[in-house]
Amino acid sequence: MDFALSENQRLWQASLAGLLNRSAPLERVRAFAEGDAAVARDVWRALAEAGASGLLIPETYGGLGLGLLEAVLTAEALGQTAAPAPFLGTSLAALALASADSQTQERWLPRLASGEATAGLAVSEAVAGARDGAGVSFTARRLRGRSLFAIDAEGADLLIVADQTGRIHLVETGAAGLSISPLTSIDRTRNLSEIIFEGVDGRPLDDDGGTALSRLRDAAWVLLAADMLGASQTLLDKAVAYAKERRQFGRVIGSFQAVKHLCAEMAASLEPCRALVWYAAYAWDRIPQESSLVAAHAKAHLSEVSRFVARTSTEVHGGIGITDLLGLHFGFKRVGLDRQLLGGPERVRDHAARLQGLVD
Amino acid sequence: MDLALSPHHAAFAREVQGFLLSHRREWPGPRATRAQVLAWQARLISAGYAARTIPREYGGFGAAPDILESRLIAESFIATGAPGPLAGQGISMLVPTLLEVGTEDQKRTWIGPTLRGEIIWCQGYSEPGSGSDLASLTTRAHEDGDDFVINGQKIWTSTAHLADMMFCLVRTEPDAPKHDGISYLIFSMATPGIEVRPLRTMTGQAEFNEVFFTDVRVPKNQIVGGRGQGWRVANTTLRHERGMLGDPNAAEARLSAIMALMREETVGGQRVIDNPLMRERLMRLQGEVLTMKFNGLRLLTQSLKGESPGLAGLIVKLQGCELNHQLAALAIDALGELGVLYEDSTHLRAGGVWQHRYMFDLGLIIGGGTAQIQKNIIGERGLGLPREPRPLAG
Ligand SMILES: Cc1cc2nc3c(=O)[nH]c(=O)nc-3n(C[C@H](O)[C@H](O)[C@H](O)COP(=O)(O)OP(=O)(O)OC[C@H]3O[C@@H](n4cnc5c(N)ncnc54)[C@H](O)[C@@H]3O)c2cc1C
Repeated sequence: MDFALSENQRLWQASLAGLLNRSAPLERVRAFAEGDAAVARDVWRALAEAGASGLLIPETYGGLGLGLLEAVLTAEALGQTAAPAPFLGTSLAALALASADSQTQERWLPRLASGEATAGLAVSEAVAGARDGAGVSFTARRLRGRSLFAIDAEGADLLIVADQTGRIHLVETGAAGLSISPLTSIDRTRNLSEIIFEGVDGRPLDDDGGTALSRLRDAAWVLLAADMLGASQTLLDKAVAYAKERRQFGRVIGSFQAVKHLCAEMAASLEPCRALVWYAAYAWDRIPQESSLVAAHAKAHLSEVSRFVARTSTEVHGGIGITDLLGLHFGFKRVGLDRQLLGGPERVRDHAARLQGLVD
Repeated sequence: MDLALSPHHAAFAREVQGFLLSHRREWPGPRATRAQVLAWQARLISAGYAARTIPREYGGFGAAPDILESRLIAESFIATGAPGPLAGQGISMLVPTLLEVGTEDQKRTWIGPTLRGEIIWCQGYSEPGSGSDLASLTTRAHEDGDDFVINGQKIWTSTAHLADMMFCLVRTEPDAPKHDGISYLIFSMATPGIEVRPLRTMTGQAEFNEVFFTDVRVPKNQIVGGRGQGWRVANTTLRHERGMLGDPNAAEARLSAIMALMREETVGGQRVIDNPLMRERLMRLQGEVLTMKFNGLRLLTQSLKGESPGLAGLIVKLQGCELNHQLAALAIDALGELGVLYEDSTHLRAGGVWQHRYMFDLGLIIGGGTAQIQKNIIGERGLGLPREPRPLAG
């Protein structure tokens, strides 16, 4: 047994950290949040050059042929810097395409791998339950209805869409009858969309009773958990650094037990999450029978821990914590979005209970 | 203990509700003009439902304090949905401070227009180097003829960009021990030498500011309390701020809004309220809201009897602000993905107010004395625990 990252995985982390520090420092993240779309393109180009866009795509199609664990390290690094990039949608599309026919794979995988094309994910209703009367039906080969909270759909070439019965469809964004409009969320570093289907040509990738969607959902949950892990780590690091610097009452505030304990509580709840997220990713790659349960817990548990870390880090900073000055709020909002996407913790834990037959 | 409604009180409650409903046309909505807001406030004061116990000569309604009446008025606003009386740092903090320690002249000059909403105040306490350790503040005022002349900087000053006046702490006696060298001044924000720079917060709006003072001249009669008495005066104000921030009526109104929201919203066709987990969270918070509401009534009685509120008062800011934050968190979770929408998004609920509160109310857990400072106060003043050891020299 060896519960640790390999040498290559650590090198991957280091190179990501380097490239994100260059392409997505705080000023650039702030510029993106204020409307400079070029930032996301630059980040994506840098990630693509390093191979991140094709991380999960087989080498025969120009990808790196790596697993979800490497994808998790990437999502974590993006969360850590709050970098804008269509990594989640594109990675999940790559996974969904694994069950497509070879012609479709040949058409899309090389372009996704090179970073030339990106993909979005519209599965919210099928995974987390429909809000506001949304939902996508599939009859007579046509998709109709609306999907809300689609991830990375803005500017994408390809969409992965789940219909009401849980079948997955591949839809090109130029398809007739399709329209995509932005939703504004608290998190300006990522894009959410509403997608309207007015008789869009649909082609289910499979008819396997929802297995493909479950696998995709599990991977998405693990990647969202990783994003929260990264964002929370930054929130914790910044709080600790500030607690060592800021003085009140003639002392560094970290010397007050109240502040020290807040930092320690954040660390105590966050640090073990790293192992949970690694295990969830490894299980997705290698232990399919455990994967769903651990993925659910990773998503739900990181949602709770991150909410705690986000508020606590803000509190340790005092007044400056709620301003834009240190950029803390990017992480705060990122975990706020991750928590709700594809199901809040109560819903996801209910799923975990059902998986184990604890619910009739 | 006697909480029974006398026939007088029952009639009073009907009267208040009847009044509010019969003036529904005048209720200022979210997009009301300033004139409409002020007109409603004037209406409420003349009816005795705002500034109720403040003496008439200072612009209030002048009723004798009556705990049940106050409660019934507050409940009538919640029950009818009528917009409540104006609050804010002037009405909730400065007015009670002037009533306690202001000169007759100051009371007559400032309280009336403040109550009517004609003067907006901001609170200039915190400085970059002096937040929790407020008494270390370094903004200075020296005497020059009939004036004090102020130099220095404040930060996190809420609404300074909108305010007409500031109540401000300055160091007037640089050689005195730190708590004894502070004075409390009030002055116009239009005084030459004041520069206000807005600071954007995580909500995306600039709710507070940095304020810079360069040779700002303030007439000496605009000091509240004596020279070097500012710390004592400030603590009067802070006590009222903490009461305002922990206001249980606000929490109760929010709880009913969340209850309505959970009845309306559905996930996959199921009402959110039908989900036992979400319902349990709602009921848990309702328990806390009721607790704080009754604690508030108890405090009101104590203050009317002139008794010291003790622990029941010391916990209000900590518990009340945490409760508001938890309420916003529940609302967001009940809305799920809809709860992360913001600003002008389609499908937005309640104008994004829950997201705004979730962030802004975290600020209120920090502002007015952080949660950690509140806990220190509860432990040390409320429970008599010893203070933390002073740092070793060096
Ligand atoms: C939304 C908002 C509105 C505000 N409005 C105003 C306003 O209108 N006017 C005004 O003057 N100020 C205002 N403030 C400022 C507010 O009063 C201060 O932010 C607050 O007192 C904390 O000071 P600080 O920000 O300097 O944090 P610090 O004092 O630097 O605190 C940083 C951290 O150290 C902790 N800490 C500090 N000392 C101790 C100790 N002895 N024991 C344990 N922990 C400690 C704090 O709890 C906090 O976690 C506002 C703040 C906010 C957030």
